[in-house]
Amino acid sequence: MNEAEVRQRLRAFILNEIIRDDLDIADDEGIITGGLMDSLSLVRVQVFIEEAFGVVIPDPQMTVATMDTLNQMVARIMKG
Amino acid sequence: MIIAQAQNLESLYLFWGALLIGAIPSMFPPLTDKLDPAVYRRNMAALAQRSDAAAVFTTPDAAPPLREAFGAICPVYTSADLPDAESSPLYVPAPDEIAFLQHSSGTTGLQKGVALSHRAVLTQLGHYSAAISLNDADSIVSWLPLYHDMGLIAAFILPLVRGLPLILMSPFAWAARPAMLLRAIDAYRPTFCWLPNFAYNHMAARVRPADSAGLDLSSIRAFINCSEPVRHDSHLAFLTRFSANGVRGDQLAVSYAMAENTFAVTQTPIGAPPVTRALDRAALQIHGRAIDAPPDLAPDKMVTHVSCGKPIAGTRIKVVDAAGHDLPPDQVGEIYVQSDCMLTGYYRRPDLNPFDQKGWYHTGDRGFLSADGDLYVVGRSKDLIIHAGKNIFPQDIEAVVSSLDGVHPGRAVAFGVYDAAEGTELIAVIAEVETDDPAVRQRINRDIRRRVSAQTDVTVSYVELVERGWLVKTSSGKIARGENRAKWLEKRGLRA
Repeated sequence: MNEAEVRQRLRAFILNEIIRDDLDIADDEGIITGGLMDSLSLVRVQVFIEEAFGVVIPDPQMTVATMDTLNQMVARIMKG
Repeated sequence: MIIAQAQNLESLYLFWGALLIGAIPSMFPPLTDKLDPAVYRRNMAALAQRSDAAAVFTTPDAAPPLREAFGAICPVYTSADLPDAESSPLYVPAPDEIAFLQHSSGTTGLQKGVALSHRAVLTQLGHYSAAISLNDADSIVSWLPLYHDMGLIAAFILPLVRGLPLILMSPFAWAARPAMLLRAIDAYRPTFCWLPNFAYNHMAARVRPADSAGLDLSSIRAFINCSEPVRHDSHLAFLTRFSANGVRGDQLAVSYAMAENTFAVTQTPIGAPPVTRALDRAALQIHGRAIDAPPDLAPDKMVTHVSCGKPIAGTRIKVVDAAGHDLPPDQVGEIYVQSDCMLTGYYRRPDLNPFDQKGWYHTGDRGFLSADGDLYVVGRSKDLIIHAGKNIFPQDIEAVVSSLDGVHPGRAVAFGVYDAAEGTELIAVIAEVETDDPAVRQRINRDIRRRVSAQTDVTVSYVELVERGWLVKTSSGKIARGENRAKWLEKRGLRA
């Protein structure tokens, strides 16, 4: 899966499952610090990433500082 | 004395130290990534002023801006400011002196400091220990925050007073890594664990199989579900997910608790599986009657409620109708509580009397007593949202939304919507706006989410922007939360 596809699927998951609204999220927008998602939902993203992309991100790397934006999440997924 | 720390040993020492010298400690939540720091400091300063605080203890990085926000209200200390003085003489309190405060959530005006006497706290601990047959071989594991009654009483003061081991972790770390609780149970073999309902769902759905494989959870005598409505489905999800780890139905216990009663009001027997009743949904919701559903009733016409058990010793409960008259078993009404371990009052709020003329505390929760005396909580009459174990006043959220550019002032409503996947209520906001411009509506939607999060530390899950006049008002011109909630649920095709 290329980066554009990963970004598109991740964005769709966050909009449909967590934000429940069709907002235009900028790639560098703080999703957690911007109040769109809470830290409990970050664990949902972690589970989704594992199921959708087969990438296991260790717990210590799932923090607000490292996973706040789409850019940060996509970059981490692409590292595998 | 306000303690605003992360969940660390220093905050435990400060709390206990304050008790020993006769100060009145109170735990305050720490600043989070979401909260606007200026709003947080302003709220704490207002609390300190209202409660006439003598001092705040916080972390070195939080102290300088707090001092600025506090001005002359009271000093702000870090442990580095404390001299290596000789020990102060121990203060021996009279039983009815206030021991500490538990602050309810809510911003200025809505927040209340529940003042508990030494007598009330020790009486509660005695009764509650008996209810759960606590003994010297027990130990407790917890990720619960100490600024909440369940964490403070059950998972901090109870083990310390009883001299039992406590394995304590950070609520923030657990929320992000739910498996850490299970690893701690496997490693330390504790016997009690208190959890709000959402935690059962969170762990069942979010702990990866690889993170729980091989962990042994059988040492727990009871996982006690407490502090938000208990859902049978959450228990089932947890049981199914972790049965391979030794979780059994007889480990699932329930308590109904509130800060005003120090902590527990009821408790189910330890070592027995939860008692549930499958009820006729319409009879319960429309007529307020608990009628056991016949076996052939369609599942969507049924609702299963979990018993919260019987009152602990020294506590009495009754269920009353709107006129305050006692109701017979299986009739839904407001739950009143009376006990020998109740709050003394709301601290520095002589205007608020927690008790009626006969000494009953009106909980604002709705429920019924079954014929055998078990309490079932089925809803609440007060406008309160309980999200992930945390009490949230809709008024606080509405005030934020109403003040936003593009929202008609006073034309916003907030309420909770139960979400079966999360096992808790999610927060919905409806706001009346003038514009049809998609870009402006996007901006308002985003502003609502951002500002509510920054000012109240809760995340809004649903935002509905509606045209002027959509919101239903009462005859006195107030926005009717219940009716608007029902209207919105219907619009979205969701069930109450």
